[in-house]
Amino acid sequence: MDWQPLVLTFKLAVVTTAILFVVSIPIASWLSSTRSKIRPVLETLVSMPLVLPPTVLGFYMLVTFSPENAFGNWLNEWLGIKLIFSFEGLVLASVIYSLPFMVQPIQAGLSSLPSTLKEASYTMGKSKMTTLLKILLPNIKPSLLTGIVLSFAHTIGEFGVVLMIGGNMSGKTKVASIAIYDEVEALNYAAANSYSLILFTVTFIILLLVYLTNGGYFKRYSQ
Amino acid sequence: MISLNLKKTLKSAGGKMDLDLQLTIEKGQFVTLFGESGAGKTSTLRMLSGLLKPDSGTIKVGETIWFDSHKNIDLKPQHRKVGYVFQDYALFPNMSVRQNLEYALRKNQDRTIIGELLEFAQLGELEQRNPETLSGGQKQRVALVRALVQRPEILILDEPLSALDLKMRIKLQEYLLQVHKKYNLTTILVSHDIGEIVKLSDRVFELQNGSVIKQGTAAEFFGLNKTSAKFRFSGEILKIQREDVLYVISVLIGNDIIKVVADRTEANNFKIGDQVLVASKAFNPIIQKI
Repeated sequence: MDWQPLVLTFKLAVVTTAILFVVSIPIASWLSSTRSKIRPVLETLVSMPLVLPPTVLGFYMLVTFSPENAFGNWLNEWLGIKLIFSFEGLVLASVIYSLPFMVQPIQAGLSSLPSTLKEASYTMGKSKMTTLLKILLPNIKPSLLTGIVLSFAHTIGEFGVVLMIGGNMSGKTKVASIAIYDEVEALNYAAANSYSLILFTVTFIILLLVYLTNGGYFKRYSQ
Repeated sequence: MISLNLKKTLKSAGGKMDLDLQLTIEKGQFVTLFGESGAGKTSTLRMLSGLLKPDSGTIKVGETIWFDSHKNIDLKPQHRKVGYVFQDYALFPNMSVRQNLEYALRKNQDRTIIGELLEFAQLGELEQRNPETLSGGQKQRVALVRALVQRPEILILDEPLSALDLKMRIKLQEYLLQVHKKYNLTTILVSHDIGEIVKLSDRVFELQNGSVIKQGTAAEFFGLNKTSAKFRFSGEILKIQREDVLYVISVLIGNDIIKVVADRTEANNFKIGDQVLVASKAFNPIIQKI
């Protein structure tokens, strides 16, 4: 069996999750505290990947970043960035595609905290940054964990957007979900089954761990 | 001296309200804001501490301007020397009692104050505990001393004792008085409890619909100067009962019901639910230890 697609899948998931974590905290923090009029618009944009067919996102990214176009050409010629049929392109697409899975739990977590925690910290002379890092985030650990795991699992499971923007290049953009499709097309059911079983098991274990942790099972049995 | 001149349109459950108030508080005073819920008491405190921005007006503390809408001055809450005790305590759940206090330290501030405050509030044994394992009164003490770590000039107490039982309230009232004197604070309290207000405050401001409608010393305010009684309690009439030629009026004072005898004309002046003052000046009440 070719392990490359699986390795690529997990590499993509790790990189995507790491980037999402860093990007989503400021977005979620802004969304949970702002009264700005553009908030619903931004919330909608963040949530769009939940309902939009991945192929739509993939299609527009393909069109935008294609070297045939002015923007894609500029990226390619001036910055040397090629986002189509490349791992970098996959990462960007996955980040956009999994954004709601990271932003929403963190936003919900932050909104659930009483605003007095933040205000108490401000009256103690602490900056917004210090308050976020030392007070707010440590008190929403279950939400952070949920966000991380959901984005990770969701990235493992994506298919359409990866196929559109990444193509199906062995060792470069061919992730496990696409490899399964490939093997089935080639009537190679045994290989398809191996990939599927591994993905099934890994995602099951990851999600189970989250539910056990957030449900307090580990704490209960360790005491 | 603190002078507030604030205008703000507040939107609440009961609709819009235009807050428009002028308040002057002398340095070192213990002051109470009194009034119905929704009168603008908490909003006033939030504007003073910088958590809520007034639409217009000025806030001046001593010689420093904290807020001036015309000069575009708006000091951030971080830069106002205010200790704020929130109604829900706002203790940080991810930190122990001691860490809650340490978090409040300014950069390079001397840490000895932590031990001093823990000892003062008799929290020494609880310093490693997490806030959620504490009782209401203990949480309240942590919140109070945490607000003092930075040695603020102004201490703001937003209904700090309302969630506690009577015994705990009385004990914490003592703490508040001690703290106020010990740290030379100007203290602003929001309270509904008349006994508490009379006991603690130098001056009372009554707010209604966003304006100050009445102010004075606690004694003046609640009309306690009218009778020079030897002992005196306020309570609520529960029952008026006729017994032959006399009437017996049952009054709830604190948790106790007492019975007062009245004649017919007096009894006709009262109805059930009236707030009354029960006082005696002619004879000496019995006092004994319980």
